[in-house]
Amino acid sequence: MNRLQQLFQHKKKDLLSIYFTAGYPNLNDTLKIAQALEQNGADFLEIGFPYSDPVADGPVIQQSSKTALDNGMTLALLFEQLEDLRKQVTVPVLLMGYVNVVLQYGVENFCKKCLEVGVDGCIIPDLPMYEYEELYQPVFKKYGISNIFLVTPQTTEEHIRKIDELSNAFIYLVSSSSTTGNSLELSNQATQYFQHISALKLKNPQIIGFGISDKNTYDTANTYASGAIIGSAFVKNIDANHIEESVKNFMKKIR
Amino acid sequence: MNYFVDERGYYGEFGGAYIPEMLYPNVEELRRNYLHIINEPSFQEEFKQLLKDYVGRPSPLYLAKRLSKKYGANIFLKREDLNHTGAHKINNTIGQILLAEKLGKKRIIAETGAGQHGVATATVCALRGLECVVYMGEIDIKRQAPNVARMKMLGAKVMAATSGSKTLKDATNEAMRDWINNPVDTHYIIGSVVGPHPYPDMVAQFQSIISFETKKQLKEHTGNELPDYVLACVGGGSNAMGMFYHFIDDESVKLIAIEAAGKGVDSGFSAATTTLGREGVLHGSKSILMQTNDGQVVEPHSISAGLDYPGIGPQHAHLFKSGRGQYVAITDDEAMNAGLLLTQYEGIIPAIESAHALAQLEKMQLNPSDTVVVCLSGRGDKDMDTYMKYFDLQD
Repeated sequence: MNRLQQLFQHKKKDLLSIYFTAGYPNLNDTLKIAQALEQNGADFLEIGFPYSDPVADGPVIQQSSKTALDNGMTLALLFEQLEDLRKQVTVPVLLMGYVNVVLQYGVENFCKKCLEVGVDGCIIPDLPMYEYEELYQPVFKKYGISNIFLVTPQTTEEHIRKIDELSNAFIYLVSSSSTTGNSLELSNQATQYFQHISALKLKNPQIIGFGISDKNTYDTANTYASGAIIGSAFVKNIDANHIEESVKNFMKKIR
Repeated sequence: MNYFVDERGYYGEFGGAYIPEMLYPNVEELRRNYLHIINEPSFQEEFKQLLKDYVGRPSPLYLAKRLSKKYGANIFLKREDLNHTGAHKINNTIGQILLAEKLGKKRIIAETGAGQHGVATATVCALRGLECVVYMGEIDIKRQAPNVARMKMLGAKVMAATSGSKTLKDATNEAMRDWINNPVDTHYIIGSVVGPHPYPDMVAQFQSIISFETKKQLKEHTGNELPDYVLACVGGGSNAMGMFYHFIDDESVKLIAIEAAGKGVDSGFSAATTTLGREGVLHGSKSILMQTNDGQVVEPHSISAGLDYPGIGPQHAHLFKSGRGQYVAITDDEAMNAGLLLTQYEGIIPAIESAHALAQLEKMQLNPSDTVVVCLSGRGDKDMDTYMKYFDLQD
């Protein structure tokens, strides 16, 4: 059982996860931000490895990805930076990025490295479920890496059931049909969608992401799911010159 | 060997649908319905009628006599440049707008590089009275002012893609993001044989009218429907796939795809994807693309905006890897000279994209009995600025 699965076993509510882009704002800020987030109460972390063409992301993460690439960030370099991860960070860590970067690194290499440095799972939005199931699931299992799938308001129940079967940590509920960084509208439609998912009694817990930007949206998400993920709003608030302080101030506003 | 799409959406090892879950319902809706809709007799009837009366098909297959004499073979030009809006692009947009209507979509989005696909999309939206939004790189908007004006006059909204390198690949990213944000009422008309399955197959089918006509016309001209060579330029590869389609299973026909070498394949300013690229995933399908070791997509270069794309369609990747097609590269200079040559030998100013295919004739060992068909994918009106600067025709 990896750290992520352990976490979900003993904590069922009010989980807070934060996303940030590796190599942003400065190349070597990755571990510094991870440490500051743990110290300020994040339950688990998502570290993004940048890609030149992030189609699921809005302007904030597009920009942080571009800056990180300009700074010289690569997946290989991120794994180097993470060699000391488990000396400094105890909470579960996920890597998030696009499939082409993983394919070029090699899927087996990627999983092996994740295990070595102490990464517990990953989110690869453009890796299709059937590809994962046919080709990659055995490799992920071999190294004990959890693959996280996304579900949206348009996802059919049949598809959700299948995702639930293939998941072994949590399901990522995308709050509305949008790219990252839009604000969550608490419409009847969104509420109905969250209620619909709860009613399905899935075996995996659900965490809501996309559009969670402040205490208000975080609290709302928590009434319908086990927790929430904040990405763009956090990335926007990082102050390159005062990393620790800006992380602390942001986290204080959420919890 | 099977060179066409299988039931999983793959061409050999290439293809598939590498898309985020947010796009899955849209793409799945299309995948479930496209074959059924396209094969309906009423769809085919309307499609063919529009191609005939509105686009002006069949496009002529023209025996270029002076060019034939120069190269010592029988050279035919498939005149896609004579289509309405000036290129092959309209074959696909007519097909997709009819499909979008059958799916009940009210809003159309598209990406465009030089603006040709954007104009072809804006045109069919005006024809059918549908809302149209075209994404175009900020840099391309500045470079292609006449096409931006045409799209606006046709009633389309032109949105600047300001992310990444601000060119075609980023316009495609922006169109995909729009589709994520508008999943129910919107259809995305992709302009080439790229994107997640079923796009490469669907666009290839709409463009296959090119080779379908060519076979019949060649038979009338020569008594034989099969040529020795078929030549077409490749950016994403839609005119080439249309030109190859009905010849793919006739293995005696040599298929030659011409990529843009830009300033030379080793210059760092090139779009020669099969020479410089590796297998990877871009814009929803596994294919061959130009990228760094880390998997970041590399910005291509070509003097012709239509070939300035860092990938190729997955079916092309399969034709390349299986050896069924020969993929070669032509430099900016070679293409420009071939464009001038065609103008002065035949009185036809070709699009610079098409001039890449013509430039390949210079490099072939042809026999007098050889029959060669070159796809003249577009006309050169849009390129007059580039021609004028290159050949110093200002005065």
